[in-house]
Amino acid sequence: MSECAISVNNLGKLYRIGEGQHYTNLREKLTGLLYSPFRALRRKATPSAEPPADTWLWALRNLSFEIKRGELVGIIGRNGAGKSTLLKVLSRITEPTEGYAKMHGRVGSLLEVGTGFHPELTGRENIYLNGAILGMRKAEIARKFDEIVAFAETERFLDTAVKYYSSGMYMRLAFAVAAHMDTEILVIDEVLAVGDAAFQKKCLGKMGEVRGSGRTVLFVSHNMNAIEQLCNRVILLEHGNMKRDSHDIRSVLTDYLFGTEKEASSVWVNDGARFRNAYFFPTRFAVVDGEGSALRMPLRNDAEMYVEMEGEVEQADPALTVGYAIYAEDGNLLYWSYQTDQPESQWPALTRGTHRLRSRIPAHLLNEGNYRIECIGSLHFREWLFSPGLNSPHINLTIQGGLSDSPYWIAKRPGLLAPLLAWEVVEPRPVEFAKPAQMDSERRAHEQ
Amino acid sequence: MSTQYAPPQVSGRDHTTDADVTIVCPRKGWVALNLQDLWHYRELLYFLVWRNIKVRYKQTLLGASWALIQPLATMVVFSVFFGKLAKVPSDGVPYPLFAYCGLLPWQLFSYAMTESSNSVVSNQQLITKVYFPRLVVPVSAVISGLVDFAISFSLLLVMMPFYGVMPTARILVLPLFILFAIATALAIGLWLSALNVEYRDVRYTIPFLTQFWLLITPVAYPSSLVPAKWRPLMGLNPIAGVVEGFRWALLGNRNGSGALMMVSVVIVIALLFGGIAYFRRMESTFADLV
Repeated sequence: MSECAISVNNLGKLYRIGEGQHYTNLREKLTGLLYSPFRALRRKATPSAEPPADTWLWALRNLSFEIKRGELVGIIGRNGAGKSTLLKVLSRITEPTEGYAKMHGRVGSLLEVGTGFHPELTGRENIYLNGAILGMRKAEIARKFDEIVAFAETERFLDTAVKYYSSGMYMRLAFAVAAHMDTEILVIDEVLAVGDAAFQKKCLGKMGEVRGSGRTVLFVSHNMNAIEQLCNRVILLEHGNMKRDSHDIRSVLTDYLFGTEKEASSVWVNDGARFRNAYFFPTRFAVVDGEGSALRMPLRNDAEMYVEMEGEVEQADPALTVGYAIYAEDGNLLYWSYQTDQPESQWPALTRGTHRLRSRIPAHLLNEGNYRIECIGSLHFREWLFSPGLNSPHINLTIQGGLSDSPYWIAKRPGLLAPLLAWEVVEPRPVEFAKPAQMDSERRAHEQ
Repeated sequence: MSTQYAPPQVSGRDHTTDADVTIVCPRKGWVALNLQDLWHYRELLYFLVWRNIKVRYKQTLLGASWALIQPLATMVVFSVFFGKLAKVPSDGVPYPLFAYCGLLPWQLFSYAMTESSNSVVSNQQLITKVYFPRLVVPVSAVISGLVDFAISFSLLLVMMPFYGVMPTARILVLPLFILFAIATALAIGLWLSALNVEYRDVRYTIPFLTQFWLLITPVAYPSSLVPAKWRPLMGLNPIAGVVEGFRWALLGNRNGSGALMMVSVVIVIALLFGGIAYFRRMESTFADLV
């Protein structure tokens, strides 16, 4: 038995993109066949010379790595980085254009849950069908049948056609079958994001069992929390090439999340005389760090971030309120915030001149996702200077990862917000030594 | 990085060594039929056939009786228009029986061919997400056609005594002709299903093709209508050989043409092997193109 489970050598996959690839005219092919009978039969996926960049795309190129038995490897990268292509090549769904990969052991691939589920068939029938499609033996499925059903929590509906299932039930059943594959090598695409939160946790728990079982797992996910939790090695792909390959997961994730290119949309700069008014003329609006430099997206939820606005006041007005409104991706307004929210004594003074204001966005408040932050300003109860809506200066904010360090909270949760709140036991009363040291000393001081 | 392996030449599981090694690499040229791989996935074949059969008449009012209604209705129409009005000869057998006996293999063939031609495209969900030998798909489509055939065949066994025709020992050869019909459907299905992946024109061609094909096949008329010296040429249409064979085995038709049969067999074998080779060659691009 070799220690190596997967070895990938100079792997490359070339795709033809652009016009005329799919369902080309049969007529063209037939005329082509007339003119050059042999060339037409030759495969199109292997152009002889270096292909022109506009019609061909290397989805993977010069990829080489080796994975040892028992490693749990996360594969991350932006859309189009080649993650899914890599999994497809490794699971033999599509062929590489160059290079090769060798896998030692049975390979199970899970690129989608419920592949081959037929809506007209019952839950029971689909378990067998799906199991067979995933490469399980009939006897093996029969042996694990009860376990699968118990995991999916669908005992009562086993003999109902799955088209009558709720989507949650459907997904649970589908994942349950997949979770009971026990091949030595498991190749998994983003499939954990199914079902409700409770079921997601169960799935992650099941995935966690893989740890220490000696199985080798390749796991593609956009869920950085899950990657951090489950994997002991991470590979970062960029434009089909390997960018990072490391056991230091935190460092790769940071590298990936913060990237190298600046997201222009996180800074708004007034490029003229828009929103000109005497009370507050906005010149710059941005999400910045503690030093005031613009932040690159996406941001971790626990990052230090401020909304900063710069503007010129020509005519100071005591009724001036400026601030921001923050919307979730689906357009839901989360909250408004003004510089006048606190008691009057604490309001920042906006006298004549140029001002730069900032306000911290609390860490552990926003959920993962994209947000739109609008600059809003008004003369209180008199008029909008720049009103909430489409026309005011706005920037985008993306939050990804850093939700919590809890092992039970690693995926994006439902809900607009994801506040990290403390919990304590009040009844029965906590025992003495469990109390925080500071409170303890206070109590002692009291007694004396 | 690892360079201790020489680049492999063939993709697939290595069944020759004890270790379970899978190799993924680009294919070069034509590839052999990997029977071991097919054997390894025999259970999937079974389940796909089972699925096709289970699903076929789900949510229909008449269910499997459709397998009877279709040939029966066609037989009635043929009997009225060809048998009664056009007075088409039927080699001394009552015309309805003659027509039904021809319709059986024809419907088996046309159903199996249509289903297998569309099989790769209609299973694209599977093909883009899971690996298995792609041949399983058209083969399972063809095999599931046998269930309808069995149902409509049982009606023939009732009709024969009704018309006073008793089966002879020749019926023992019938399985060979059934196999022949299946092989013909698969041969065509392999070509068309692989072509269908890239050119959806195929899907629109098939209904037209079946209609046209029925006319050039001696289903509604006997092959004896054709002058004897041209009859072997009819064998170029392999399903003509099958239909003739069915009538020979079941109705004791003496006008059967051995030469026609031989031509059909040769054609089918050529088509089948060509189809397998073409399908195997194209299958590596299925997941990218479908």
